[in-house]
Amino acid sequence: MSSTEVTSGAGRPDDIRAVPVRRPGRWIAAAIVLVIAAAVVRSVATNPRFEWSVVGNFLFDARILHGLVVTLELTVIAMAIGIALGVILAVMRLSPNPLVSSASSFYIWFFRGTPVLVQLLFWYNIAALYPKIALGIPFGPAFVHADANTLITSFVAAILGLGLNEGAYMAEIVRAGIISVEEGQVDAAQSLGMTRLQTMRRIVLPQAMRVIIPPTGNETISMLKTSSLASVIVVTELLRAAESIYDVNYKTIQLLIVASVWYAACTSVLYVGQYYLERYYGRGASRELPPTALQRLRMLSLRSPRSGGV
Amino acid sequence: MVKAEGVRKRFGRLEVLKGISLEVEPGEVMCLLGPSGSGKSTFLRCINHLERINAGLLSVDGELVGYRPVGDKLHELRESEIARKRAEIGMVFQHFNLFPHMTALENVTCAPMRVKKLPREQTRRRACELLDRVGLADKHDAYPTQLSGGQQQRVAIARALAMEPKLMLFDEPTSALDPELVGEVLGVMKQLGGEGMTMIVVTHEIGFAREVANTVVFMDAGVVVESGAPADVLGSPRHERTREFLSKVL
Repeated sequence: MSSTEVTSGAGRPDDIRAVPVRRPGRWIAAAIVLVIAAAVVRSVATNPRFEWSVVGNFLFDARILHGLVVTLELTVIAMAIGIALGVILAVMRLSPNPLVSSASSFYIWFFRGTPVLVQLLFWYNIAALYPKIALGIPFGPAFVHADANTLITSFVAAILGLGLNEGAYMAEIVRAGIISVEEGQVDAAQSLGMTRLQTMRRIVLPQAMRVIIPPTGNETISMLKTSSLASVIVVTELLRAAESIYDVNYKTIQLLIVASVWYAACTSVLYVGQYYLERYYGRGASRELPPTALQRLRMLSLRSPRSGGV
Repeated sequence: MVKAEGVRKRFGRLEVLKGISLEVEPGEVMCLLGPSGSGKSTFLRCINHLERINAGLLSVDGELVGYRPVGDKLHELRESEIARKRAEIGMVFQHFNLFPHMTALENVTCAPMRVKKLPREQTRRRACELLDRVGLADKHDAYPTQLSGGQQQRVAIARALAMEPKLMLFDEPTSALDPELVGEVLGVMKQLGGEGMTMIVVTHEIGFAREVANTVVFMDAGVVVESGAPADVLGSPRHERTREFLSKVL
């Protein structure tokens, strides 16, 4: 009799129901965290000097929103320059031509070796070095002349400073990605008759992306905030917009909170974007793609009734 | 199809190939045997110019590999010319080297589309046929990580065949496989040899060499020790070194 019971149990063995180990440490730690969190929230919410109504009033102020747009423009353009430059510099650095690779190394050394704030001020004052800027054949005739002060506005100076500096960092990120791709991949691509350029574009870079994306997301988030340095060279981006308001009404803290809220909001959006980009370039890297947020929700809603039933 | 005369290859001070001479006829299946480090794989990689030879003559289909004779001088080929010649030679690697970011089907269509610039529909149809032929009709949309080693290697063979090569090079195609999966890959190769494909196979599968090869070449320390029909080289080797090797692997 008992043997039949065993076989019926073997079809779907019962889950083990053991008494869990007591972990008082965890409960104490959780309690401490909760108490501290409650204290912080209470202090922030009840301290009248925060003047949350002021924060609310200025959150969607036209000047702040305009500043936000400029910040986003700076971030997008500077990152675009940085990424394009980074790919070029990385490929140059891996070039068999020693002059080309050392030129890239020098660029990276120079731009990583000086503070970005100094670089911004430098570009802002470039007219002192080169009052006239001309486009033409080196050592030959020039086609276009321009006055440096009209050409390099503070916005352009900010783009140049942030973008060229970013290029140096992106170059190292891209290079790390490229050398992370197995050599066998290049062998295989070349044995199929692909040229070096095709191999790089179709085979190496798409695989390098998996390694390149996470630090690039990091760089973009960092750039969003570093762009506030442009306020120093009077670009009216988000921070400068906030400053110009509190210069008048002295609500310094409130406007800095307004700026911070927007920076944090943008960072969160970038965070989500990065997740999906990583997911896209991760295809083929593991057997199953990580779930999207929606899929995760769906899984949760499927799982809960089942676990409730057990 | 392939002719080598006194081919030498050095890596720094280490001479890996010390004057290899051999000839492969069209439609022939040649198996290269020998201990690791004997230069078999290096020689194979020289044939499609993945490695550059230091001395000797190496030609495929009557044309020098990597060089063009002008008068009594050799001129290096341009990268695009080397690529064009490589496109005519298929290669299968020990570690498959499938492109992990592409599905099985995309792996097979990639080169015909990008290198030969054939239309998408045509390459797709041909790729499907090839995958069916290597027994992977139901795996077109699988990524390499979702396939077993044997399946991956069969995709790799289909990928090489998609370029319609006149010569196939196999670099230890079964050495990274579980013993159970070796058979399915060798089966595909055997079928290919039976269809008249010219093949050079670096392998440790003595059984395969005996059954499929027209010629077996035994290499050691960068030289060809002996070569001939499989029955002769494997059955009654003339050299002590060959006997010693065979007694260990059989």
